[in-house]
Amino acid sequence: MRRWLHSARADPGGAISRALIYLALAIMTVVIVFPLYYTFVGSLMAPGDINSFPPSLYPHGLHPQNYQTVFGLIPLGQQYINSIIQSGVITVAELLTATLAAYAFAFLDLPWKRFWFAIFLSTMMVPWEAIIIPNYLMMADAGLINTYFALVLPFLATGFGTFLLRQAFLTFPQDLRDAAFIDGCGHLRFLVQVLVPLQRPALAALGVFAFLGAWNQYFWPLLVTQNPQMQTIQIGISQLQSVDTNDLGSVMAGVVLAIVPTLVLVIFGQRFIVRGLTAGALK
Amino acid sequence: MSSEAVSAAVERAPATATRRARREGLVAFLFLLPSLVVFLVFVFYPLVQSFYLSVHSNDIIGRPTLFVGLQNYVAMLTGPDFRLVLWTTFWFAVLTVVPGIAISLGLALLLTARIRGIRFFRTAFALPFAFSVATSAVVFSVLFNSAVGVLNGLLFQIGSSGLAWLTDPGIALVSIAIATVWLQLGYDLLVLAAGLGAIPDELYEAARLDGATGWRLARSITLPLLAPQLFFLIVVSTIQSLQSFGQIYILTRGGPSNTTTTLVYSIYSKAFAFGSSDFGFASAEAVVLLLIVLVITAIQFGILERRVFYR
Repeated sequence: MRRWLHSARADPGGAISRALIYLALAIMTVVIVFPLYYTFVGSLMAPGDINSFPPSLYPHGLHPQNYQTVFGLIPLGQQYINSIIQSGVITVAELLTATLAAYAFAFLDLPWKRFWFAIFLSTMMVPWEAIIIPNYLMMADAGLINTYFALVLPFLATGFGTFLLRQAFLTFPQDLRDAAFIDGCGHLRFLVQVLVPLQRPALAALGVFAFLGAWNQYFWPLLVTQNPQMQTIQIGISQLQSVDTNDLGSVMAGVVLAIVPTLVLVIFGQRFIVRGLTAGALK
Repeated sequence: MSSEAVSAAVERAPATATRRARREGLVAFLFLLPSLVVFLVFVFYPLVQSFYLSVHSNDIIGRPTLFVGLQNYVAMLTGPDFRLVLWTTFWFAVLTVVPGIAISLGLALLLTARIRGIRFFRTAFALPFAFSVATSAVVFSVLFNSAVGVLNGLLFQIGSSGLAWLTDPGIALVSIAIATVWLQLGYDLLVLAAGLGAIPDELYEAARLDGATGWRLARSITLPLLAPQLFFLIVVSTIQSLQSFGQIYILTRGGPSNTTTTLVYSIYSKAFAFGSSDFGFASAEAVVLLLIVLVITAIQFGILERRVFYR
């Protein structure tokens, strides 16, 4: 924007355009950050405070008891653990299966390679919602409803992640790989000791991407867990809202607890998120 | 080495090479196997099952009972609800994709300004990213609350009596779209900012030497060179909007009077909502969803091949 706003001749120093840019940015910041701000502030409001009208935009006195109350409304601690197990298993498994497959696609010769690669890519085009019914029926048949297996099994491999890692692995110099093999390195040793350490940024990108995706899942966990003790935190939080509409402060406290891990990831892991999420957009 | 030994080695070489190639092929296949098993069981088999279920009737626990041919499809296409469902799905896509990309394009352009504090704004705009579909929907349900919500509070301040954000059939879909755009903004912005960052400064300098300024620069350089990212976002966010479920489930449960029942929500309510279990009908809808997404993907590839990449 500077590039063209600053070229306006009537405004040589760019002071006016700079002020306009700041104004626009400030307005958008308020609009975009407000729901987050209100979540935090609301989580500290007493019931009488958050239920007043017109609503107050800041707390009249702190009411941190909300954070205690919310644990009584739903088994939040257990659901937190469930979410960590679910997202952790999915992330680690996707990293493993995608690394192996990407290695094969990037470095090894195998018959029908293009066909297998097309199979992997085609899984990206199938919307999960279009196959969710048979998957649910399969889990029900196998007696896996309300288990961790149902939460993680369908997501242990990833076409997108394999593609992402393959693109990264292809940049690895063939000479270096040949040298490693002349030194007697086998496939697995090369993978573990040479390739993985050098490809940490790409793996981190996939890891962050997989974790965010798993942590934020909604439709599938809603279907396969009915027991609150087995539900993920996303499901728990959304049940809160129907538990008690007068206790909005506790609902907000639950939301704050649920977004802490992802908030940390967004603030400190932004460059990995950028890498992972924009991988598809830039070639 | 004697000449016989050399020729023997030469003769043996192809055999060793074949063996090595076969071994490498086996290793490669073993490396693909874990992923292939997962895809087979949880993607391809269910894909076939979706078609199979859509041409069968079923009992209460979803076991297919009777082959009914295209009956579910006929019921769907001639039924009273389906046109409304498609219409709602289409409008939801328009209401989320267009504002989402327009707003984030504006923000991305603002963020290219070389002024102080850009990092602060970048981080601020990325914050919605911390929210999931569920948490954002819960927060917006509080903001939209017609009795004590902040949005009606603001309307009250300017003398309005407020809106029934989630219970008025005329605006419930718009309300869900607002929550969705807010959630989506951070992602759109990341993609567009990355695209803008990749445009070389020299292009602008060259154009400016030729006397181009202001909107002319934006129109002839920024937008064309951003076309791949814009196009990618349009496709990805359209597909994502088609798949939206959590925010609809949490905010309106498809109501009021089905005005927020999109295709995916309809699949859910036909198959899983209390006392329904019409898996056949829902599977017919799932097949329609699959076809729509495949068509969009095909269009994407068709256009990608031809036009969008200028570089």
